[in-house]
Amino acid sequence: MPEQSFVGHRHRRAGFLERMAGDLLAVLEHALVAEGLARRPGLLQRFDPRVRLFAILALIGATVAAHSLAVVYGLLLLAALLARLSHIPVGLLARGIWLSVLLFTGILALPALFLVPGEAVARLPGLGWAITAQGLASAAFLVGRALAAASFAALLILATPWPHLLKALRTLGLPSVLIVILGMTYRYVFLLLLNAHELFAARQSRQVGDLSGAEQRRLVVSGAGALLSRSMHLADEVFLAMRSRGYRGEHASLAEFELTAADWAALAIMAGALAAALAAAY
Amino acid sequence: MHIPDGYLSPATCVAAYVVTLPFWYLALKKVDRQLNSRMVPLLAVFSAFSFVIMMFNLPLPGGTTGHAVGLGIAAVVLGPWAGMLAISIALLIQAVFFGDGGISTLAANCLNMGVVGVGVAYAVYRLAAGRAPLDAPRRVFAAGLAGYLGLNAAALLTAVEFGVQPLWFHDADGTPLYAPYPLAIAVPAMMIGHLGIAGIAEAVVSAGLLSYLQRSDPGLLRLSAPAAAAAGPVAVPEPVLAATGWSGARRLWAILALLMVFTPLGLVATGVAWGEWGSEDFGDPAMRQEIALASADQAPPAEAPRGLASLATLWRSPIPDYEVPFLPSGAGYVLSAMLGTGLVILLWLVAAWLVGRARGQPVRS
Repeated sequence: MPEQSFVGHRHRRAGFLERMAGDLLAVLEHALVAEGLARRPGLLQRFDPRVRLFAILALIGATVAAHSLAVVYGLLLLAALLARLSHIPVGLLARGIWLSVLLFTGILALPALFLVPGEAVARLPGLGWAITAQGLASAAFLVGRALAAASFAALLILATPWPHLLKALRTLGLPSVLIVILGMTYRYVFLLLLNAHELFAARQSRQVGDLSGAEQRRLVVSGAGALLSRSMHLADEVFLAMRSRGYRGEHASLAEFELTAADWAALAIMAGALAAALAAAY
Repeated sequence: MHIPDGYLSPATCVAAYVVTLPFWYLALKKVDRQLNSRMVPLLAVFSAFSFVIMMFNLPLPGGTTGHAVGLGIAAVVLGPWAGMLAISIALLIQAVFFGDGGISTLAANCLNMGVVGVGVAYAVYRLAAGRAPLDAPRRVFAAGLAGYLGLNAAALLTAVEFGVQPLWFHDADGTPLYAPYPLAIAVPAMMIGHLGIAGIAEAVVSAGLLSYLQRSDPGLLRLSAPAAAAAGPVAVPEPVLAATGWSGARRLWAILALLMVFTPLGLVATGVAWGEWGSEDFGDPAMRQEIALASADQAPPAEAPRGLASLATLWRSPIPDYEVPFLPSGAGYVLSAMLGTGLVILLWLVAAWLVGRARGQPVRS
């Protein structure tokens, strides 16, 4: 069951183990690319992370709230423009995000052309099914919103290192303990991804020929089991390590952000954009 | 299952945040109290594990593949509250970093998979496993069933969220502004895929992991099997977790929450329930035909029974036929269900308080 995601599943023709290991690596690669792009001196990167977070959330809010196709697709253009100004290749956005959205949401929206009742504007040659104006508009809304919102979400992470994003989330009122957990989760995601990758790569290197379906299932489940055991023991070890360094449940964070005049200006512009989109919607 | 941005209206997204926030808050408080400083590393590592497990594509019979959400095993190993948090954290990282699921729809995804999925999985596991020993095959079956039903409960809730969009959020000429398919399409479309593919993946992973843990690390199963842990043959290793219980009261909460979730399905069914006719229905030819059809072709009396007619005016419900006049059709139905359920919960709390007072015991909240 494919789902809409920034991380494409590749190696479709490869063997089962190779595909598993490849998919896990693709996630790691995506994160590395994101970290590289976040360090570039682009427009978005220049703003304070809190402003960036607020701006992107406002733009996603505007995309979801807009009741006009022109506004939704205008916001999609804005996303492409922001990417260009932030030295994030639009090609990367197109390949990584738009393609995935079109393959998932695009296909999901297709039946709406015929299923949404309304005024018929055309008929499908051969089958004679009526394509309704309402169906066309609703499919355009769904695809446009999904494209624009996914682009903004991608811009946020492609322009912001994870630790900065977490600090920005703190200003939204998230409890500090949650921020600490999110930071550590992100760290352990990569450790466990590497672990899982090594597990499947090791098995692949000892494998000659194809595995049957039942064997593949057993392999995935026992791989998951080994990973779960390791995770739980890792959690114990990390806890002991934290305790031995004096952890008593309090959390402090490093590096304070400071807002500049440019940040305030960007904040005002984004707030204006959100207000305009909402005014157009209602 | 991961709802992307743009599928749900802002009102639905806000409602999902409003419903989910108290669960997050309560879960964070409970888990913090029970695990204390151990909570941070445990939740971090388990969330990371949930994230990675969602990447595992499981080949299924018939040539398809499905991926598990890991909600079954989260419920078994961590219990409902920590499990809910771990799945939510994994979903947040997925949404922000990898675009699996939207940001505006994050709370809806957490509600479906984290709160309802994990809650149902935990309740099913506890009920199905009973007091079986930790190494019993029955527990493997229970975990598979828990994963299957938990995931399908989450899928059903997702389908209902999709299905109400065209009903409530369309423009003047009837164009659906968000997910375009009504309940009659969204529910079967989602459920066929999840009952047939994704649910099986979740069941296989949950049951397989439980069987793996029985052999390699049975201590991790202790939390969701308090009775078995006391009597079971397995020596309890260094405690990994503090217990997070699920009292009888909470089970009721879960059942009520499920009822609330299932109520909008009434929108799919048409007609009036048998025996729930109003006195005016006996005068309406279309309704008369419906009553006759539902009553093995017995023609209804020409007029409403006198007793029914005289009692009909005795009590005027504040929300007749579950319709709220200022809301579109269907909205009132759901709202009425919420209101009714809320009233039942309140009544039940009052009753529990009275019983507690009569017995002279403090009531646990």
